[in-house]
Amino acid sequence: MNDKWSWDYVAEILPDLLRGLLVTVQATALGAILAYALGLVLALLRRSQIPVLSQLTWAFIEVIRSTPLLVHIYFVFNVLPQFGITLSPLTSGVLAIGVHYACYTAEVYRAGIDGVPRGQWEACTALSLPRGRVWTAVILPQAIPRVLPALGNYTISMYKEVPLMFAIGVLDIVGRAQEAASESFRAVEPYTIAGLFFLALSYPAGVLVRRLERRVGYAQ
Amino acid sequence: MIRFDKVVKRFGDNVVLRELDFQVRPGEHVCLIGPSGSGKTTILRLLMTLERVDSGTIDVGGECLTHMQHRGKRVPADEKHLRTVRKRIGMVFQQFNLFPNMKVLQNLTEAPVRVLGLSRDQAEQRALELLEMVGLRDRADAHPSQLSGGQQQRVAIARALAMHPDVLLLDEVTSALDPELVADVLNVLKDIAKTTDITMLIVTHEMGFAQDVADRVLMFDQGRVVEQAAPGKLFTDPDQQRTRDFLRAVLERR
Amino acid sequence: MFGDVPGFLRTILEGASTTLAVTAGGIVFATVMSFVAGLAMLAPARSVRAVSRIYVEVWRGTSEIVQLFWIFLALPILVGIQLVPLWAGILVIGLNGGAYGAEIVRGAVQAVPRAQREGAVALNLSPFDRMRRVVLPQALVDMVPPFNNLFIQLLKGSALVSLVFLQDLTFQAQAVVLPTNTDQALTILTLLLLVYLALSIVITAAMRFLERWAAALVGRQPSTRSREVALSGGAA
Repeated sequence: MNDKWSWDYVAEILPDLLRGLLVTVQATALGAILAYALGLVLALLRRSQIPVLSQLTWAFIEVIRSTPLLVHIYFVFNVLPQFGITLSPLTSGVLAIGVHYACYTAEVYRAGIDGVPRGQWEACTALSLPRGRVWTAVILPQAIPRVLPALGNYTISMYKEVPLMFAIGVLDIVGRAQEAASESFRAVEPYTIAGLFFLALSYPAGVLVRRLERRVGYAQ
Repeated sequence: MIRFDKVVKRFGDNVVLRELDFQVRPGEHVCLIGPSGSGKTTILRLLMTLERVDSGTIDVGGECLTHMQHRGKRVPADEKHLRTVRKRIGMVFQQFNLFPNMKVLQNLTEAPVRVLGLSRDQAEQRALELLEMVGLRDRADAHPSQLSGGQQQRVAIARALAMHPDVLLLDEVTSALDPELVADVLNVLKDIAKTTDITMLIVTHEMGFAQDVADRVLMFDQGRVVEQAAPGKLFTDPDQQRTRDFLRAVLERR
Repeated sequence: MFGDVPGFLRTILEGASTTLAVTAGGIVFATVMSFVAGLAMLAPARSVRAVSRIYVEVWRGTSEIVQLFWIFLALPILVGIQLVPLWAGILVIGLNGGAYGAEIVRGAVQAVPRAQREGAVALNLSPFDRMRRVVLPQALVDMVPPFNNLFIQLLKGSALVSLVFLQDLTFQAQAVVLPTNTDQALTILTLLLLVYLALSIVITAAMRFLERWAAALVGRQPSTRSREVALSGGAA
């Protein structure tokens, strides 16, 4: 078009950016799995009968939610080696984002569990179901479907925050874009393409989540 | 004062009013009765311009409410036109609709100051007179949420009167009230009916009240006027079987 | 074993003014954008609705860090204006927050019962007065808890400006203190977390105050429900 935008240059950097996209998607998927699982654990700990345990969990969740993900990424990356645990940048980043978002999904699960009517608990007591069965057979099967949309929204948020990992050297979309920009001194194309990658995935994903929201809404 | 001419109103496939014609004279008190879903409330909402007609016209005080002249053609009314004709009309709702973000006094002064251009002092003085009339002068500084339903409804009546309407629309104003609070509200309305020349259009299930204040009662069913007469005639000796059935059903419910 | 805590803290806090400026500026700008775009999404004119919808979707659909680099690195090339870094930071944080806040405003306005608008129509208030005197004051109460969450997200997002070399709290800890004290990472980064925690507590305290004030305005108790809605929704 003109000297501000070169399609040739776009074609040149596209393979690298796509490789970066793959890393971003991978990191999102792994981080999301961690956040879903750990979030449920935190939600259950939060309901623990042992006061110290539930209070510590509450404090942990509040602190993590009140502080920047970027700092958590630095934390995992720099502090763990102090204790002899050395992880790759990508693993550190996934761990940080997984724990960070677990503190959000924990609240989602909590709301979902609280949303199960009291009568369900009472019916379980009346049937003398063992505690484990109560959770796996009655409470969670009712709670999980109604938390799916919120989990979906947080997954989209994670996808958009994974690029923070470039700060510790992960070559995701933004890492690749930065690499390209600093080699060629052309910033417009790499960052615009990177932005479009995000829009192209997160907008349709958002539409899907909204549809899911409506479906879950009907089911209730 | 009010003239409906072949008014049709639909909600989706559901025809609520079928080519409705009727008129109300200035100062007349007209009660609309009939089963729910018969279109009574829709008539009030059309007059208050909360709904638009699908066809037909409505005139209020000689002015057309639904349409206006634009470059020599008759077109549906725009917001500006609606604001001029709305000046004549006030409405009291089933659920009161007081503004919770304003105290009682401000509920009464807000529109007179902003719409009629009264000074704050004038508006407040008038508001206090009206509160006196509905017996709530001492609650002027309360929040609506601190009042009982009956008190809220009396404030809502005062608020409507503060705008000096020629026409007052009353939409089942006692239906949301606990039974023991109904009488206070009805007494206020009877008082207004006796002492002012405001035209009143009343949708109600309180047949005793209708008997007391109405000059004329209209029986509605399925978007049509089934029968109309003075209350003495309609309540004691209705012509139509449909009216008799309805009145019996209402009385049995008590 | 904890190292020079006061020394670390002093150096980290040298970044406080930048973090505060970016966060406070971002909060002000985001609030303005939230109301402008949120109300525009409810405008009668289709074109106005479309423009605000595009703004919201594009800014919510892309990554904040990409937006930051784009404004810092791409925009100057495209239009030839190099923004002062601090202002560019505020611009990004504010525009991003505004896109999320717009949905808060839209949702809260739409949640005001229809009967309230009808009450205002029956009193013949103008469309402008209906919104300003009746609908918005009531919507405000429900906006406060989600805005609290949003503002804490903005505080957290302000750490991103360290990546474009603005010397905020995170920059001070990560780029100034840490490189010469790598064996003290735990102490340094824990201090940094505590400073952010303190700032977010301040924001929450201020918003609680605002919430009580707004609730008193409409004569109701601050609802526990709206707080729970706020907690379970609203990610960045």
